[in-house]
Amino acid sequence: MREELLRIIEKNSRIDLKDIAIMLGAEEAEVANEIAAMEKEKIICGYYTLINWDNTSDERVSALIEVRVTPQRGMGFDNIAQRIAKYDEVKAVYLMSGGFDFTVILEEKSMKEIAQFVTSKLSTLDQILNTATHFVLKKYKDYGVTMIEEEKDERMLVTP
Amino acid sequence: MRDPISKVAKDMKPSGIRKFFDIVSEMTDAISLGVGEPDFDTPWHIREEGIYSLEKGRTFYTSNAGLKELKIEICNYLKRKMNLDYNHNEEVIVTVGGSEAIDIALRAMIDPGDEVLVPQPSYVSYVPCVELARGVPVVINLKAENEFRLTKEELLEHITDKTKVLVLPFPNNPTGAILEKKDLEEIARVCIEKDIYVISDEIYSELTYSGKHISIACIEGMKERTVLINGFSKAYAMTGWRLGYACAPKIIMEQMIKIHQFAIMCAPTTSQYAAVEALKNGDADVDRMRESYNQRRKYLVHELNDMGLDCFEPYGAFYVFPCIKKFGITSDEFATRLLMEEKVAIVPGTAFGDCGEGFLRISYAYSIDNLKIALGRVRKFVERLENEHSTT
Repeated sequence: MREELLRIIEKNSRIDLKDIAIMLGAEEAEVANEIAAMEKEKIICGYYTLINWDNTSDERVSALIEVRVTPQRGMGFDNIAQRIAKYDEVKAVYLMSGGFDFTVILEEKSMKEIAQFVTSKLSTLDQILNTATHFVLKKYKDYGVTMIEEEKDERMLVTP
Repeated sequence: MRDPISKVAKDMKPSGIRKFFDIVSEMTDAISLGVGEPDFDTPWHIREEGIYSLEKGRTFYTSNAGLKELKIEICNYLKRKMNLDYNHNEEVIVTVGGSEAIDIALRAMIDPGDEVLVPQPSYVSYVPCVELARGVPVVINLKAENEFRLTKEELLEHITDKTKVLVLPFPNNPTGAILEKKDLEEIARVCIEKDIYVISDEIYSELTYSGKHISIACIEGMKERTVLINGFSKAYAMTGWRLGYACAPKIIMEQMIKIHQFAIMCAPTTSQYAAVEALKNGDADVDRMRESYNQRRKYLVHELNDMGLDCFEPYGAFYVFPCIKKFGITSDEFATRLLMEEKVAIVPGTAFGDCGEGFLRISYAYSIDNLKIALGRVRKFVERLENEHSTT
């Protein structure tokens, strides 16, 4: 039941507990316990809202930064990754395979703020060799959701 | 002037769905629980393969029976899913939807006067196709108390010396009923004993929710007397591609291919290329869609029972078939009033045979959110009916 439950709330975390229980053919309390257990086990790590800020009056700028670092003896990449992750400005940090080490994702009010963070905070960390900043121009799809207008149901209303 | 119309065409009853469709299409703000096709789009990798085939200029006919590559994949699929062995050269044909397969199978097997057993409620085209083949349709009225399964006794009751073919429409549209192995074994025994052929329409085979679908062709002694029909519409959400297939013993298949060759030439080429991709890399898509259908199924059954529309739990396809007999009105009245008063389109059970009277077909090929809105309206309507019924 766990995985199926996760697949349901992954797409809609606001769905009623009662409805989930019916969809899974389980008791409501059972579902609630399962969710609580997964929260505790850090399988469920939070409930966020996917917002298309472009459609608001609020300005947001996102950037994806490639970071190359010198791994530390005995710690590999973990220590430096955790240091980067501590900054509030940082939305995500991933260790990557390939030509660079980390992808760091930032979201700020302006390009200037992002530039400032990269030059004054990120690149001054000891282990960091260099960075390459890529600004996001337009989001078409995020977290599996297409950001353009929703498509209508074009099926005929009644078919055999 | 002479009457231009043939007797067989004139005598053919128009589809019950058609009548309802005409009313619904006049209403712009109606919401529907009435469709017989998936709400998912065809998975992108399958569509992409169709587009690629167009880009490559694959716009010619394929061989009559279908692309060799596709026929091989169909055989691999049936082996993988049902452990069935068919020879792609001699026993497989790619058709224009499952519908064409039903038509040519009947035309290949039926002589004037041959009786064809058609269990109902079932898909709308079996009886007309039998009539067009100049056969005699013999309807078996399935019963709610058996959860609309076909029983050995019902089968035996309708067999005569002229009975040649049994149409076996499971998992069933509109009831959602399935047949389990023991049901199939009993039916198979009768068919073998009475020397009857089976046209098994398994278009919903991927959509079963209580274990894997079993084809009657898997029962010993049945493959040689079965035309297995399946397709891509329901499993891969490919209704508009119009692509299905049939597998049958060589002796039947040769005739089916002949009829198909003169009537159709070949199934759409673009669709055939897309279907190869569906069979090769589509298993995960089917699993994903099945899981979602299953959740909606449970939700719908729960809500319907909760509002007092009694229904048995259907284990196949994407329909629930609730009973409305307690309200003392016909399916047609119920559906028409529901449409007029609450603007929800549901298909009356009678569209699928006279014995569908007193039932409705509700489709769950809709997102949970849409189901919720529509069921809210149905609930309001049912409450109103209950009040009327108790005051009269």
